[in-house]
Amino acid sequence: MKVKASVRDGMVLVKMLMKHPMETGRRKDKNGELIPGHYITEVKATHNDDIVFHGELGPAVSKDPYLSFSFSGANSGDMFTVSWVDNKGESESSEFAIR
Amino acid sequence: PRVVWASWNASAFSAEDINLAISETYGDMPISDSDAIALKAPSIAENGAVVPISVKTNLPVESISIYVEKNPSPLACKFNIQSRMAADVSARIRMGETSKIIVLAQADGQLYRTTQEVKVTIGGCGG
Amino acid sequence: AGILPGCISLGKQNEDLYQVANVGDVRLLHITDTHAQLMPVYFREPTVNLGFGDAFGRPPHLVNDALLNYFGIQPDTPYAHAYTALNFTDAAQLYGRVGGFAHLKTLVDLMRGEFGPDKTMLLDGGDTWQGSGTALWTRGRDMVDACNLLGVDIMTGHWEFTYHSEEVRANIEAFNGEFVAQNIKVKEDALFDGAEAFDEFTGHAFKPYVVKTLNGRRVAVVGQAFPYTPIANPQRFIPDWTFGINPQDLQELVDSIRETESVDAVVLLSHNGMDVDLKLAADVSGIDAILGGHTHDGVPQPIEVTNAKGKTLVTNAGSNGKFLGVLDLKFGQNGIESYQYRLLPVFSDRLRADPEMDQLITNIRAPYLDTLTEPLATASSLLYRRGNFNGTFDQVICDALRSVNDSQISLSPGFRWGTTILPGQSITMENVLDQTCITYPETYTREMSGADLKLILEDVADNLFNSDPYYQQGGDMVRVGGLDYRIDPKAGFGKRIDSMQLDNGQSIDLNKNYKVSGWATVGSQSEGEPIWDTVATYLRDQKQVNLEKVNSPALKNVGSNPGLA
Ligand SMILES: [Mn+2]
Ligand SMILES: [Mn+2]
Repeated sequence: MKVKASVRDGMVLVKMLMKHPMETGRRKDKNGELIPGHYITEVKATHNDDIVFHGELGPAVSKDPYLSFSFSGANSGDMFTVSWVDNKGESESSEFAIR
Repeated sequence: PRVVWASWNASAFSAEDINLAISETYGDMPISDSDAIALKAPSIAENGAVVPISVKTNLPVESISIYVEKNPSPLACKFNIQSRMAADVSARIRMGETSKIIVLAQADGQLYRTTQEVKVTIGGCGG
Repeated sequence: AGILPGCISLGKQNEDLYQVANVGDVRLLHITDTHAQLMPVYFREPTVNLGFGDAFGRPPHLVNDALLNYFGIQPDTPYAHAYTALNFTDAAQLYGRVGGFAHLKTLVDLMRGEFGPDKTMLLDGGDTWQGSGTALWTRGRDMVDACNLLGVDIMTGHWEFTYHSEEVRANIEAFNGEFVAQNIKVKEDALFDGAEAFDEFTGHAFKPYVVKTLNGRRVAVVGQAFPYTPIANPQRFIPDWTFGINPQDLQELVDSIRETESVDAVVLLSHNGMDVDLKLAADVSGIDAILGGHTHDGVPQPIEVTNAKGKTLVTNAGSNGKFLGVLDLKFGQNGIESYQYRLLPVFSDRLRADPEMDQLITNIRAPYLDTLTEPLATASSLLYRRGNFNGTFDQVICDALRSVNDSQISLSPGFRWGTTILPGQSITMENVLDQTCITYPETYTREMSGADLKLILEDVADNLFNSDPYYQQGGDMVRVGGLDYRIDPKAGFGKRIDSMQLDNGQSIDLNKNYKVSGWATVGSQSEGEPIWDTVATYLRDQKQVNLEKVNSPALKNVGSNPGLA
């Protein structure tokens, strides 16, 4: 996952791009078999133990999901964590610096 | 810190009808149209698989949900607005065909709605 | 931005065409959609330009006498010939060709010189780098050089984006003026990968606006490229850029310009198309004037549109170098007090060819003269393109596709560029290129079901006749060969087209397949020869072009309409 976070007039603006196929479960592969649904269900961000973002996603979100949001009460140089989980229980969680 | 999950509304995301998807998300909360929600979406999508949507409001909202009326599962995504979070979010969603985008913002037991049609065309024959 | 009416009427008989009173503080000169026509041309305005609902009987949906009456223009005058198709062939022989950059430069220099060069600015609405053989072969660079010599200060674009992104950036680099576009962003994925952007934070691919000081007045010019470029033209050439009308972004930008730049005027240099501009002018406040293009409408006077905070002028300056828009602004206490607007027809025979520009054009064409001047056939009737449903030159293209590929049906896009050939005139390779030279000219021949054909007709019909301009794309109906149909423009999506039948009267079966030829596929590159080779082969074979049949749809539910001659 790629994340850009920068402070603008007191708010931290976050742009994030997650690598994920986001299979809808309706697509068929080459020999006509249904490819099982495989999509991110939740995305969370925390800063100093506060949840500063929570999104619920589903199969209608595009492949390699892009999200943007903003939150208050953080300064450039702070670290914050972004995590996601998908319907198969796979997940990713990383820390990022605020520019 | 171990991340706490399991607040994903499976029944809302699997509902295949727009009214069911809304009721599975918000029960029978009253809905009223409002122009206090700024919805940015293309009038004609450049690519139905990647349609950029952004929503912003100054209303004191607890959540913002984005639905694509004619999608097989209309609920695309739901943002649960946290205390330090601004009600200003964007995402990219899939659209199979021309459809209305419906955005619902939940504030003190009320749902505020704004909609916009997004056309998905086969393109070509430009002016 | 309160604008008081102050425009003067047009069409006085003896008035010298190019004698324009100097009444303002600032002069904005505007050209648009020249489509790389460096040489003088003939260009017939449409006789079918239908408008419905709010657009009924409102510019630009007025043709011939309806247009003359609306704007108070005398018939049988140079203006009547420039703005309409009334007895076009005779009038064209009387008044001669129009446009040509050498003649345009003389007029631009006259308008600048008389008023004061430091109080004047020349704006180009785009569709400049595409439309002629030399532009294609030099990838638009010939037009950049010509525009530098012409002295274009600011431009925006549309067909400019049918070259590859790096070619676009190289041409902009070589362009002495500024390229502006508030509605082109670098895609997020590309930004993450470090793609070039004017402003990485906002995502703007190019400078959104620029402020110029003229006569002590600060004038902001915001750029608006054609919003549906990646839909109407191939995305594969410009994979990292995303477009849109973006009215909310535009309002935010105009508000911030008004707040932070202490400007005297805000102008939108737009490639939206006139109907989109008219709606935008009502939706967005704070814009004094929209100088428009894309739909190629030669509109003699601006339309004054009221919005939340005042009025916005909306103009559209035709195409093919045929017109020069001249907007003079007079300032009062709070902004613009009055204006004068003239859409001057560029009559090549009444304007000296500027020697320097003439030489530049000669040098540009020299390496390609043999190809350009090859005579292919003779036109026995007037060959033109523009019109909602068909054009006689498009019929030639459709006939060529069917004959050379031996197919039942042919399709040709409803482009609005492409010059006019008078009866009896020789059709040269240059004339064919003026109708066909795009960077995705490949033809195709394949089986298509009746249902697919209907879907294409319905899809394009909605691009024209959707009641909300923001869902329109500004082109004309796809031209068809070997096929007739009926259209009800006022019906909804998917319900406008019926009575589809082949030329032999056999009605189209939605489930049956037909052999169809076409060109200019947007989604992917077709495998056939370039369209100009197909048309050239057909014309050499025909020698004399006689159009036995012009496929033109029957109109349902239209009745009398000021946009239908
Ligand atoms: Mn054009
Ligand atoms: Mn255009």
